[in-house]
Amino acid sequence: MADGSVSLLRARSVSRRFGGLTAVSDVSLALEEGEIHAVIGTNGAGKSTLINVLAGEIPITSGTVELLGRDVTRWSQPSRAKAGLGRSYQRTTIFPHFTVFENCRLAAQATHQMPWNWWTPATSCPISTAAAREALERASLTEIAPRTAGLLSHGEKRQLEIAMCLATRPRVLLLDEPLAGMGPEETETMLTLLAELKAGHAILLVEHDMDAVFRVSDRITVMVNGTVIASGNPAEVRVDPEVQSAYLGETDVR
Amino acid sequence: MEVATFLVQCLNALQYGLLLFLVASGLTLIFGIMGVINLAHGSFYMIGAYMAYALAPMFGGSFMVTLLAGLVLAIVLGYLLEWGFVSYLYQRDHLQQVLMTYGLILVFEELRSILVGNDVHGVAMPPFLAGSIALGDLMQYPVYRLAISGVCLAVAAGLYLVIARTRLGMMVRAGSTNREMVQSLGINIKFLYRLVFAAGVALAAFAGMIAAPVSSVYPGMGAQVLIICFVVVVIGGIGSVRGAFLAAILVGIVDTFGKVLFPEIAGIAVYLLMAAILLWKPEGLFRQG
Amino acid sequence: MGTIGINSPRFVLPLAALVLLALFPLVSTGFYLGFVNKVMILAIFALSLELLVGMAGLVSLGHAAFFGIAAYATLLLSPEYAAANFFWLLPATVACAAAYAVVVGALCLRTRGVYFIMVTLAFAQMAYYVFHDTPLGGGTDGIYLNVKPVVALFGITLIDIGRPLTFYYVVLASLAGVFLFLAVLLRSRFGRTLVGIKSNEQRMRAAGFATFPYKLAAFTLAGALAGLAGFLVAVKDGFVNPEMLSWHESGAVLLMLILGGIGRLGGAVLGAFAFALLQLFFQWDVVFGDFSRHWQLMLGGTIILSVALMPNGLIGLPAQWRARRSRAGEADARG
Repeated sequence: MADGSVSLLRARSVSRRFGGLTAVSDVSLALEEGEIHAVIGTNGAGKSTLINVLAGEIPITSGTVELLGRDVTRWSQPSRAKAGLGRSYQRTTIFPHFTVFENCRLAAQATHQMPWNWWTPATSCPISTAAAREALERASLTEIAPRTAGLLSHGEKRQLEIAMCLATRPRVLLLDEPLAGMGPEETETMLTLLAELKAGHAILLVEHDMDAVFRVSDRITVMVNGTVIASGNPAEVRVDPEVQSAYLGETDVR
Repeated sequence: MEVATFLVQCLNALQYGLLLFLVASGLTLIFGIMGVINLAHGSFYMIGAYMAYALAPMFGGSFMVTLLAGLVLAIVLGYLLEWGFVSYLYQRDHLQQVLMTYGLILVFEELRSILVGNDVHGVAMPPFLAGSIALGDLMQYPVYRLAISGVCLAVAAGLYLVIARTRLGMMVRAGSTNREMVQSLGINIKFLYRLVFAAGVALAAFAGMIAAPVSSVYPGMGAQVLIICFVVVVIGGIGSVRGAFLAAILVGIVDTFGKVLFPEIAGIAVYLLMAAILLWKPEGLFRQG
Repeated sequence: MGTIGINSPRFVLPLAALVLLALFPLVSTGFYLGFVNKVMILAIFALSLELLVGMAGLVSLGHAAFFGIAAYATLLLSPEYAAANFFWLLPATVACAAAYAVVVGALCLRTRGVYFIMVTLAFAQMAYYVFHDTPLGGGTDGIYLNVKPVVALFGITLIDIGRPLTFYYVVLASLAGVFLFLAVLLRSRFGRTLVGIKSNEQRMRAAGFATFPYKLAAFTLAGALAGLAGFLVAVKDGFVNPEMLSWHESGAVLLMLILGGIGRLGGAVLGAFAFALLQLFFQWDVVFGDFSRHWQLMLGGTIILSVALMPNGLIGLPAQWRARRSRAGEADARG
């Protein structure tokens, strides 16, 4: 990470409290272009809450979030999305009744909404159709573009989830467990895709699959009970004693 | 406003609010636990009131026996209704639930029309509760109205005890925050639902019965109470009995004092209150789940 | 639910209906003409709610408020003993309905799901009480329109809407116009956004759509279109009363949608006709004799059965039958 480079997304001392419960406490991290930054932790560590706060889906209690150099701490989720933030969900969040193509096209329409133009059909919009085609191409879904999204296999749906995320051409990607429920072959496809996406994007990856995380990440942040206990490159994190005892299980420290 | 008038209005507001609570608590529980929005809930109130009128002659005009009989009938009605109708609504979306229960309202209204007619009726108070009691030197207040408030408070207390202190109550609380979890815990959901629904019907019908002597019995009473109960539930937060209690008292105060202080806007005062709450806390004062 | 192509057979049915309705006055007059006229106005009312429920996924139980407010506005804004000019009266009454819609919408859309249903009902009830209890609208008796508005420019009467036949075609043109407008809207970016919000609002927000303004726009537009229907009914009947804002009216229009089939514009029109015919049928003493007094019982039962058995409405019946036959066919094939 070169000093002086502007992180695409920077979280400073982010905390989120729900009444008496502190879900996320004083978490700071930075997402750099060309990197996959994984956030791992046990269940209840606060990873989902962190992603929701960074995405703007739930309000922050304290701390700041900067996106492409701008302070977006008080911005709504749609505003952040328009500023270049994309996210995928752990539970597949697609439009089941539309075709795969229309799924991406509608998502892409967010960049050029033109709601007052009532006479031209949306499907003839050149900007959104081009962006959709591009996103589907990157996610290797072009062949199944005309199929109804709800009828896809689980793995294909997860790929569509990523494609829809890409349709708005974001700079920062927040991916919440993209490998959830995938078999080994589908996992390979997805990991290849993630590696290809590094160029031009900064990626935050929340995942449970440890092998995948250590394979594909450039940096790893480990959370336990809402706080960060370790952060660094995979090699550093793997041997960090706190991480080993808290998360990877009691193993010999060698 | 003089002190005496103020006190009288306070007592009226309390009485009205407590009655509303009885009806609204059933509505909020049924939605909170079973996820069913039941437009026909107001009809149970109406049914209770008409039962108070129609059953009285059978028991020699004894209010207390009529009350008991009506309560039993209401529980049976609730049980059968859940078994034969409401249980088909659980898997359906809100729009379908709204329309099917709307159809139920029409059915109830017409059945009442066929069985008892469309006239407005009065119901006699039990003689031992008739008359007024002196509050200080300044005024008289009807004993029966105090009795209504007392009974409603007792029911509210009982409801609180059951929900907060019993195993059944624990299931109810759990079910209102996380329905799927309760089901997966293997608790006999069907029985729980039937019980909750019957209780809701009984509460509403009971409220209608005890209100009958003061509010009289008329065809539109079901619709009227239903919409106000919706306001109560929106303000209090759906699924929350505690919220329904506070909201019902609040609505009682606003409506009663609204009618006295600003008679021109009396009918809409409650809706203005709801609008204000919506601006401040869109999910109600005590949101659940 | 994909987009509707211009050349698709889905345009044949509405065109056929348009032609039938246009030819209808040739075969009947008087009562039946007035009846169909009324139903066409109800169809506009139903289409306005279809925009909310079918396209945007917002179930409103208080839509009659906008219908009634425009109807009252028509009467209250008209001079007592002179004819108002159609060209300012119509926009003014629709504006009244839209104004209430934008205020109510801004408040109601802060809620979702069941709350939304309840608060829309409550705000409609508020409007009902204003006309029912205050002297503004003549109370429960309602008020009468003494002179119908004229469609005139520069002193020349263009269309005499006082004549029933002429008014019939004005209403038919309005219905066709609203239908066409909504069909085009459905294909547009705005329409697709609404449908996307209905399908998955979370994803829309994640993509960058600020969903509140869209929903508010849909709510206001739906209120305005309901206002158009209210204006037409006030002109037709020359009379309004508070029951036009009652929740029975709101429930009825919702019912029309589900009878006809949610999600299809044709379903709203079909539902309006089906509902009106059902009401008429159940009150027909030739069939039901004295029991026709209790037509609401039969209506209630029909509502319950139709929602339970025909979740996709009348317009969805062919698909429902096809699905059942293909399932039966598969079962037969498996033997």
